[in-house]
Amino acid sequence: MALTAASIPALWRLARLDFDPVRQQRVLLYPEGVVLLNNTGGAILELCDGRRSVAEIAGVLTEKYNRDVVADVLEYLSALVEQDLVRVQ
Amino acid sequence: MSNSHPTTLLAEVTHRCPLHCPYCSNPLEMSRVDEELTTEAWKRVFTEARELGVLQLGLSGGEPLVRPDIEELAAHARTLGLYTTLVTSGIGLTERRASRLREAGLEHIQISIQDSDRSSADRIAGMSAVPQKLAAAELVRSLGFAFSINVVLHRANIDRVGELIEMAASLGADRVELANTQYYGWALENRNALMPTRSQVEAAGAVADEAIVRFRGRMQILYVLPDYFESYPKPCYGGWGRHYLVVMPDGRTLPCHGATHITTLRFDSVRDRPLGWIWAESSAFNAFRGDTWMREPCQTCPRKAADFGGCRCQAFALTGDATNPDPVCTLTPLRGIIDTAVGEATGPSDYRYRVLPLSFQRR
Repeated sequence: MALTAASIPALWRLARLDFDPVRQQRVLLYPEGVVLLNNTGGAILELCDGRRSVAEIAGVLTEKYNRDVVADVLEYLSALVEQDLVRVQ
Repeated sequence: MSNSHPTTLLAEVTHRCPLHCPYCSNPLEMSRVDEELTTEAWKRVFTEARELGVLQLGLSGGEPLVRPDIEELAAHARTLGLYTTLVTSGIGLTERRASRLREAGLEHIQISIQDSDRSSADRIAGMSAVPQKLAAAELVRSLGFAFSINVVLHRANIDRVGELIEMAASLGADRVELANTQYYGWALENRNALMPTRSQVEAAGAVADEAIVRFRGRMQILYVLPDYFESYPKPCYGGWGRHYLVVMPDGRTLPCHGATHITTLRFDSVRDRPLGWIWAESSAFNAFRGDTWMREPCQTCPRKAADFGGCRCQAFALTGDATNPDPVCTLTPLRGIIDTAVGEATGPSDYRYRVLPLSFQRR
């Protein structure tokens, strides 16, 4: 399913977002897999709670980074949807 | 020396197992029960692994549930933040133990299935295990664990790959791993009995490809190709000593679970050394890091950054020299070894079963 600004993304039920004090970065953990997240990726996934839409997530981050990030958020989450790590209701 | 952080630790907490699968990944010479690390030693290993950067833990064996301390080990792993998988046959996963593992914070359970046909499954396992496995699967599903089914594919079951996928779906699995046999140790002993034909491999691949699309979003299907039927070798765990550690029941620590087959290497033990020393300094972990050890055609091959010359254990097992290219690679003249093995594998399907000598049983 293609991701739009109205989509409501959530992490895969099997995935857990965590902070790794060894690498000093956020990580996404799931069966047999690890994604080391950069700051932006971590900030996006932290807002993927199955309640906010992509537009709402982008809104929070637009305020934080002081620039329009809708396209970036869509691109980032679409890649994770493609890998089945993020699911859309 | 390596400044990189490992991501994954496979803890083979025991070699004891009620099953006798002829493709078992355990070494031919297994650790005895009285050589197994204690609960406290394993907890120290997990703590050191997390400090090194490990994020994924596999509690494996043998059958890990033969140890009564798996719940305690899982709880310790969870406090460290590790994402832990229990790799089990399902035998011994009672309702009580499953509930305790859930309370301990264990996240993921992987249950092996030998075949969708019951008499074939019994023959492969060397025992009747199906009813216990089905009961274990139901517990895993109902308690809400992340749930994977693992099937090792070979000549006797690969034609039922479609049925195996349907079986995993009906058991409520989130994921199913269909992994063609890798020929090391026990599987190499049984290669002629296990090897499928090329037409079997192609038919199964087509079934899996179709199912992957059909089940998308409901159940993840991973189909691992048999490397003997491919043109290039697999990048063994992303390269030797780059991401992966295996600690055996007796504490010896390996860069991959097949590494004991390379008899020219010596493996340090967590009984004698900290895990961080073994990772960074030990001769075994440094033996095949980088590319200076490589021979031609690997040394000047652009693929070396992707596959690292393939599997060191396979190179050693089939050529007697672990610095050779993996014979799976069609760019090396050694490929003839693989083609001959595929051509010869038409013999009877009599297995040499994995068995523990009687002296290995708990006294």
